[in-house]
Amino acid sequence: MRRGKGLKFVGDSRVIDKETRDKIPKDYSEYPGRTEAFWPNFLLKEWLVGSVFLIGFLCLVAAAPSPLEQQADPNNAAYIPLPDWYFLFLYELLKYNYASNDYIVIGTMVIPGLAFGALLLAPFLDKGPERRLTRRPIASSLMLLAVASVIWLTYESVASTDWEARAEYSVTNEAPQLEVDTSDPGYEVYQANCLSCHGDALQGNAPVGPPLVEITYEPEAIKEIAINGIGEMPAGLFQGTDEELDLLAEFIYSTVNQGEGGASETGDDTEE
Amino acid sequence: MISKIYDWIDERLDITPMWRDIADHEVPEHVNPAHHFSAFVYCFGGLTFFVVVIQVLSGMFLTMYYVPDIENAFQSVKYLQSQVAHGQLVRGMHHWGASVVIVMIFLHTLRVFFQGAYKKPRELNWVVGVLLFFCILGLGFTGYLLPWDNKAFFATQVGLEIAESIPFIGTEIKTLLAGDPEIVGAQTLTRFFAIHVFFLPAALFVLMAIHFIMIRRQGISGPL
Ligand code: HEM
Repeated sequence: MRRGKGLKFVGDSRVIDKETRDKIPKDYSEYPGRTEAFWPNFLLKEWLVGSVFLIGFLCLVAAAPSPLEQQADPNNAAYIPLPDWYFLFLYELLKYNYASNDYIVIGTMVIPGLAFGALLLAPFLDKGPERRLTRRPIASSLMLLAVASVIWLTYESVASTDWEARAEYSVTNEAPQLEVDTSDPGYEVYQANCLSCHGDALQGNAPVGPPLVEITYEPEAIKEIAINGIGEMPAGLFQGTDEELDLLAEFIYSTVNQGEGGASETGDDTEE
Repeated sequence: MISKIYDWIDERLDITPMWRDIADHEVPEHVNPAHHFSAFVYCFGGLTFFVVVIQVLSGMFLTMYYVPDIENAFQSVKYLQSQVAHGQLVRGMHHWGASVVIVMIFLHTLRVFFQGAYKKPRELNWVVGVLLFFCILGLGFTGYLLPWDNKAFFATQVGLEIAESIPFIGTEIKTLLAGDPEIVGAQTLTRFFAIHVFFLPAALFVLMAIHFIMIRRQGISGPL
C-alpha cells in the first residue's frame, strides 16, 4: 500500500483521492511470452468454453433423469446398500479380509487415514525443489499407485454389483397403485400366503417378490403357480383348502383386471 | 448513466482497486490453451468452481420444495421430480453436478500434483485445497441421504457404521452425526440437512475465498 507525502484523500476518509490513485502503476506479473490481459480478452474465451461446458452438462442432465428409489424402509432386511460411485473404492476396500471384521479399523481408519493424511501433507513430505514428476520418482510413483488402486477398487465394485437387480428398486419401476378391496374374502387368503413377498397391494417387494399388478394369467394359471411355484418362487408356498385357493385366484385376477371387461371400477367393487 | 453511478460510488469508496484485484491481471502464455492446447489442464480448477456455482444455485431451488423430515422428504423429492415444471431438470443438475464436481476436483488435484505446483511457496494453498476436497466429499455423503429413499438410508447406515468403527470416539462421532447412537431416523435426516445446507457450504465458501486470495497473491506457478 502507498503511504506518505503527496497523497490526497477523499474528505476525512482513508480513501485515496482519484487523481493520486490513477498514477499507481499496473502490477502485471513478469512472465515471458505472449501474455494476455485477463479482462476482457481471456475472460471472453473462458466464457465461451464455460457455455459449451454448460450445454454439454445440460444435455447429460436432460438425457439421464436423476434416479430415485423407493421410499426408505428401515425394515427391508434384503436391501443391499450401495454408496454413490465416488465412495465405491472405500466400500470395496472393506470387503478385503484384512480390512473387515476384526481388522475393520485397518479398512476404515488406517488405510484411508494414511492415504488422505499423506495427500493433505504432500508438500511437507515431498519438500525437494524439483517439480517435474520424473525428478521426484517416490512422490509420483506413490501417487500413481494410489490413483491406480482407487480406479481398480472402483472397477471391482462396479463389476461385482448386479445393476439389473438394482434397477428393480427404482421408483420408475414401481408398480402402479391398484385399488385393493380388503373386504374381499380372497384378500385374507392373499394376506396369509402371498403378501409377505408380493406386497399389500400386489406391488411386489423388491428384491424378494415381483409385482403382480401387470400379470396376464387366467385364474387357473394363478392357482397352478400358487401351488407349484414359478421361476424363483418355490412350490408349496400356498397352504390352504381348495376353496381358499379359488377365492385367492379370483381375488388376484379381479384386482389385476379391475376396470376391464366392460364393468366399471365402481361396479366391480359393489359386485364383489 | 452506469458510469456515473460507478463514479459516484467510486469517489466515496475507492472501488477501482478491488476491481483491479479481481479482473486486471495478465494471463501468462503457458496457462493459455489458445497458445498451447495442453494448457487445458489449467481449466480444471475454474471448472470445479463453475460446477460449485451450479450446485449452489440448483441447491437453492431444490430447497424451495424439499422438506427435511422423514414423512415428507421422499414425497417432496418425488413430487418435485414428477410434478413440478422443470423440477426434473433442477434435481438432475444438482444430482449429476455432484458427480461432475468430484471428477473436476480430482482432475484439478492431479494437475496440481503432477506439475509439482504445491511446492514452495504454495504449500498452504495445497492444504486448503485438500480441505476443500474433504468438504466436497462431505457434501456428497450428507446429500446422498436427503431424498430418503432406500439407497440413501442404507448407504448412510453403512457410513455411520464406518464412523462408529473409529477407536475410542467412534460412538460419539456417530451420535453427533446421526443424533442417536443406534437409530438412523428423523434426527439423522435433519442433522444431515443442516450439515449439507449450512455447515459445509459455509466452510466451503471460506476455504474457496482463502484459496482464491492465495492464488491471486502468489500468481499461478510458472512453466515446468
Ligand atoms: C472447490 C474446490 C476447488 C476450487 C474451486 C479450486 C479452484 C482453483 C483455481 C481456479 C485455481 C487456478 C489454477 C487452475 O485452475 O488450475 C486453483 C489453483 C490451485 N489449487 Fe485449487 N481448487 C479447488 C480445490 C483444490 C484441491 C482439492 C487442491 C489440492 C489438493 C487444490 C490445490 C491448488 C493449488 C496448489 C493451486 C495453485 C496451483 C498453481 O499455482 O499452479 N485446489 N484452484
